[in-house]
Amino acid sequence: MSSSYFEHDADIRIIGRGLTMEQSFEAAAHAVFAIITNIETVQPVIVVALEFEEPDLELALVVWLNLILGKARELGMVFSHFYIQRQNDHWHAKAAGEKWRDGLDRGVEVKGATLTMLAVKQTGPVWESRCVVDV
Amino acid sequence: MNLQRLQQLHTYLWTLPQASGDKRAEVLLYGSAPLLESMDGKVLEQIAHVAALPGLVGAAMTMPDAHWGYGFPIGGVAAFDADQGGIISAGGVGFDISCGIRCLRSNLDIRDAAPYFNQLADRLFATIPAGVGEEGHINLNPKQLDQVLLGGAQWAVKQGFGDAADLDYVEENGCVGGAVPGNVSELAKKRQRGEMGTLGSGNHYLEVQVVERIYDNVTAQAFGLREGQLVISIHCGSRGLGHQIGTDYLVMLAKAAGRLGIHLPDRELACAPVKSPEGRQYLGAMNAAINCALANRQILTHLTRETFAEIYPQASLETLFDISHNTCKEEQHEVDGKTRSLHVHRKGATRAFAPGHPKLPAHYRDVGQPVIIGGSMGTGSYILAGVSTNRAFASCSHGAGRAMSRNQALKQWDGRTLINDLERQGILIRTRSMRGAAEEAPGAYKDVDQVAEVTEQAGLARRVAFLRPKVCIKG
Repeated sequence: MSSSYFEHDADIRIIGRGLTMEQSFEAAAHAVFAIITNIETVQPVIVVALEFEEPDLELALVVWLNLILGKARELGMVFSHFYIQRQNDHWHAKAAGEKWRDGLDRGVEVKGATLTMLAVKQTGPVWESRCVVDV
Repeated sequence: MNLQRLQQLHTYLWTLPQASGDKRAEVLLYGSAPLLESMDGKVLEQIAHVAALPGLVGAAMTMPDAHWGYGFPIGGVAAFDADQGGIISAGGVGFDISCGIRCLRSNLDIRDAAPYFNQLADRLFATIPAGVGEEGHINLNPKQLDQVLLGGAQWAVKQGFGDAADLDYVEENGCVGGAVPGNVSELAKKRQRGEMGTLGSGNHYLEVQVVERIYDNVTAQAFGLREGQLVISIHCGSRGLGHQIGTDYLVMLAKAAGRLGIHLPDRELACAPVKSPEGRQYLGAMNAAINCALANRQILTHLTRETFAEIYPQASLETLFDISHNTCKEEQHEVDGKTRSLHVHRKGATRAFAPGHPKLPAHYRDVGQPVIIGGSMGTGSYILAGVSTNRAFASCSHGAGRAMSRNQALKQWDGRTLINDLERQGILIRTRSMRGAAEEAPGAYKDVDQVAEVTEQAGLARRVAFLRPKVCIKG
């Protein structure tokens, strides 16, 4: 599982990769939260369960990223560990992290995931999930 | 951007010629050859897609500070006629709905105020919640938040944040009609609970600036500006509530477009006819977010005044103007000799009403609407005024526009070194994010002088004053 960033003028294009589609979603979430803070220092002490319905794979990526961003802001948290599983059109997920505290690195706020450069695809054994996030 | 694909109409106006089979309206690009050459080719692709949307009136346009965005390009302007099937697009407004600038003019002179800038910077940084993870000091229950969404800056003034006189100088007198709090999701409202009166991060800032140069004495006088005077610019938007509305409706409108038979060249243009249930629903939510942004900037204005009063007891800060640059507004415009009601999308573009416009405050009616082009923290900003030569649905540039990506900026600059360099130049930066500082390096932006000059030469607005930053609170 890995993630990376690509050039975009005003915002940031993120890419999550994994051996399953779900892993690529988790890697994309990792890429998003690594913009917000130094994710390695975030302790996964609070676990939040999430679920949603979405038949379209690409829109599901956007919904997933926006759901965890929204939940993090609602709870005053930052996440560092992610888990998502698809059952037909239903998605079960968990995100783990902690409340903002002194000592956590302050990066840049991510406003949301967009439909720009949006793709979820499999190339050989590797799944890639990508989109532009607004910062 | 490859200029060979364009046809030059005059020095600062270009068009993209139609290819055979193109089913789109005209595309107009305002800018000089160097500014257009510096833009990513995606700007052209995105604005050409906008020109293919239903109900577009006239041309789809980009301003001189345009850059690659999502949905519409940033610096994109497009007007739609709801009676002709015209659409409203979440990607044409952006996530940070009604992001804008509140500009305050002070009675302070740089010579008297400068000795206390360090103290001022520290107090502003302590008072103004800024940056990722920072919450404000105002906690609203659901009923109070709905009142914010209906009342905007007028609500804030009623709560004691600022003066009623401020409202005369805020677009729509501080409260836009048509807001429907019921169209805003519970998650959006929950995201906003701790975020009223916060600055945010990224390119948001609170800047103390000095008027360094006056270009137009008559207009400067009408705006209450003089050389050596301190002004304060507050750049922020509708915070978590607006972000969540943007994300909620982007997906909803992407699905609606297909259902409603709208062919989208790219899903990022997610939209629905203004008169469809989906379009009306988004409009109600977006207007609620505009009011949230207006209230937010009003609260920050109040906090700024309180902080200035601690350092400079004689300080008086009056609102010069408050303008938004991520909106869709229903406005009256003359098209081919007829007045039509249009939904004007401005994505990273500022409204710029010409002299005589009935919506301008009486003090500014003879000279035109104040327009603010916000520059980077190391260069400066401009105040301009609306002009009658504007043919872009009274729209103009909103900022310097990025010249390079955030990733490239991170590779090129170190936040701490940059802040130290700026301090040596007499600009005090306070921020919790070294990454944010590096991404916002002055060198990552286009030349704001060039953008302002071209904006004037293109007939979009005229320069009134140049502002040099002295203290910057970065999100």
